[in-house]
Amino acid sequence: MRRKLQRIIVGILCALLFGQALASKKDNTLVIAWTRGLESLDQYFSTAREAIIISRVLFDTLIDKDPETGEFQPLLARSFKMLDDTSIEFVLRDDVYFHDGSKMTADDVVFTLNWVKQPENKVIHQQNVSWIDSVEKVGEYQVVVHTKYPNPTALDFLAGPLPIYPKNYYEKVGPTGMGIRPIGTGPYRLVDLSPGDTMVLERNPQYFSGGPKGTPQIERIIQRSIPEENTQIIELLNGKVDWIWKLTPDQAVRLGKRTSVTVIDAPTMRIGYLQFDVAGRSGPSPLQQIKVRKAIAHAINRQGIAKRLMGGSADAVHAFCHPIQFGCTDNVTKYEYNPAKAKELLAQAGYPEGLSVKLYSYENRRVVEAILADLAAVGIKAEPVMSSFELLRDKVSAGEVPFTYMAWGSNSISDVAAIVPHFFTGGTSDTVRDERVGAWVREAGGTIDKEKRKALYEKAFQAIADDVYMLPMYSFSINYAMSSELAFEPSTDEIPRFYKARWK
Amino acid sequence: MKYRVSTKPVGSDWGHGMLRYLMRKLGLGIGVLLCTSAIAFFLSFLVGDPASRLAGESASAQEIAQVREQYGFDQPLPTQYARWLANGLAGEFGDSLFLKIPVTKVIAQHLPVTLYLASASILFSLIFGLAMGAIAAIREGGAVDRLCLFLSLVAQATPVFWFALIIMALFSFGWPILPSSGADSWKSFVLPTLALGFNAMPAIIRLTRTSLIEVLKTDYIRTARAKGIPYRRVVLKHALTNALNPVVSVSVVQFGYMLTGSIVVEMIFALHGVGQLAWSSIERGDIPIIQAIILLFSLIYVLLGILSDIVAAWLDPKLRTASHV
Repeated sequence: MRRKLQRIIVGILCALLFGQALASKKDNTLVIAWTRGLESLDQYFSTAREAIIISRVLFDTLIDKDPETGEFQPLLARSFKMLDDTSIEFVLRDDVYFHDGSKMTADDVVFTLNWVKQPENKVIHQQNVSWIDSVEKVGEYQVVVHTKYPNPTALDFLAGPLPIYPKNYYEKVGPTGMGIRPIGTGPYRLVDLSPGDTMVLERNPQYFSGGPKGTPQIERIIQRSIPEENTQIIELLNGKVDWIWKLTPDQAVRLGKRTSVTVIDAPTMRIGYLQFDVAGRSGPSPLQQIKVRKAIAHAINRQGIAKRLMGGSADAVHAFCHPIQFGCTDNVTKYEYNPAKAKELLAQAGYPEGLSVKLYSYENRRVVEAILADLAAVGIKAEPVMSSFELLRDKVSAGEVPFTYMAWGSNSISDVAAIVPHFFTGGTSDTVRDERVGAWVREAGGTIDKEKRKALYEKAFQAIADDVYMLPMYSFSINYAMSSELAFEPSTDEIPRFYKARWK
Repeated sequence: MKYRVSTKPVGSDWGHGMLRYLMRKLGLGIGVLLCTSAIAFFLSFLVGDPASRLAGESASAQEIAQVREQYGFDQPLPTQYARWLANGLAGEFGDSLFLKIPVTKVIAQHLPVTLYLASASILFSLIFGLAMGAIAAIREGGAVDRLCLFLSLVAQATPVFWFALIIMALFSFGWPILPSSGADSWKSFVLPTLALGFNAMPAIIRLTRTSLIEVLKTDYIRTARAKGIPYRRVVLKHALTNALNPVVSVSVVQFGYMLTGSIVVEMIFALHGVGQLAWSSIERGDIPIIQAIILLFSLIYVLLGILSDIVAAWLDPKLRTASHV
């Protein structure tokens, strides 16, 4: 008890004595702030987007994917090639060191991937690792990854959520140790962490040159958690924070007028969608009629909502995928904004006086209101039911809701395999249960040949749009605000590359 | 209301009555703790399956099921609660689902900030509340009194989050003399203290005022004044000390309110105290932390309540034997 009291007093004294944290070009320290606190830094055991972002800074993967061109580039590997449909060979760099000074070899790669793929080790996202059959060491700096089946997205996984860990360290400390004292090969290393509050990263002086992540320019990155958006803005304006994101469009416009701040409105891979219980798991509803769904598609001014409420770079989408994803297409039936046609379709479906439905959502209330207003204009009285994301997802999974407005970020993977299978292959989120679509999507998921895959997905997207199984609404955009001294390029996969930031 | 200070000597009657009174309070307190922890436990599940929150946005149904099983969320709720309670009685609150470190350690890390903020705020509202209440009472019905009452009305009606943002805009941005976030120095606590203390002040102003006004009308004050003791001394030494009694017991409870009510203030000023920990744990479904915080706060509340009752009972023996307390 006495020691606890002492600790509390020491804590208070420390709080009193420490000076203000520094930010800015002058100190070569980049201070970033976001809403949530970062907890575990072991990416295999965290689901927060922030953990993915920091993971890219602290760790490296075998390969890297350029978010704009979609090209895979070697990262920890020097080169890689497909040996056959189920094996990929990687020749590793021999000049890579972990933050504790040990050298990275094939043993670390083999250990990491073989460890995470074992179900008993219980990494949270099994879909990221369950396709790995085995990883084999074929030389001191050479490995072969064997997949269980021909997996066209294997490289996407290897370039994203599969960082390479140091074998000796991870065997010793496990996920708990890695979560608080991460050791990787990345461009920055962790020097201080107070969980949920602040994290201090320092440039890795040993970081190898010539890799796709480049050579880090900024000496120190401090991450702070500031839950309130207004506080973030004041800190940015006062120069105590250099970078914030996810501002509302009106805040972005206001901040954009200040010279000390640069505001960037950038597209993301996230799309909003209306999902209908076509299969009728929640009981009979008018939404099971194709004409009613078509009426809804014509009733909503998707482009208008995107531009007015989401941000300048948000855009209406027509196929159920993000346009930058591999396999996405524009060659589908498009439903233009046409309230008169919507009314006509409703009348044909037997609802000349309109109808009443409940729309379930967790998303942006203002957007939901706009959707409701557009629906009301054609005679569809939709009552909003708002809840948390998790609660709603569970309701969708249980087949309890007829009509939802939600969003999907594709786990930052720019391939339609990260979106369609989740909704159309008979899983709990499949509210349509169309065997044809399911078969095409499954076949595409096991096909390596790019053109064949594209053709299969296109058939699926056309069927989805023809029958309005889902109504894709628009792509999202994110507003970033930063010190005008900072040079930072956002990327569409919602993963800011802080290691590429520099001062102007 | 009578301010009858016990004239009986402290004897067996007092000791016996007090003990019985304390036992009853303690029993009630334990009942309160059990009820709140049970209600909180079931409520935590109402906002959505914690496994679903743990598994993240893009999790598949199988992944959620795996997490559910891994953390024992697939067991019936009463079983889970009983297990938690049994462990809790043994002093074992488990590990945070997210941080994977003991809950007690996480809370110990966050507690100093909240304690510091709550203590500063109660001090602030006591100093200003007492002063304003006393001045208002002395000038009962006058312009100063009206002003004080008006101020306390405004303070009570102002939402904490709004007031916090306004003072932040004024003193961190318009006239940047104080930091708007973090806990780097004592300066970081000035605005949060103001925001939290401002809201608790009205109760103290009004209580001090009404209680002092009544005391000033009592016979012994009249006697004191008749004896020729200067008015200032009468107020400060005789009246205020007696009028303070209810204020003290209310402030003890107010302190509990500060501790638990600091969530909004901690969020706005990015102070990483227990309030913010509670908020982020609720968001993430970190049930062991939510439960422990609720238990801790209820315990503090119960203890403060008992403390405040002891103070009141000490001052007014009638309360000790009253059946409703």
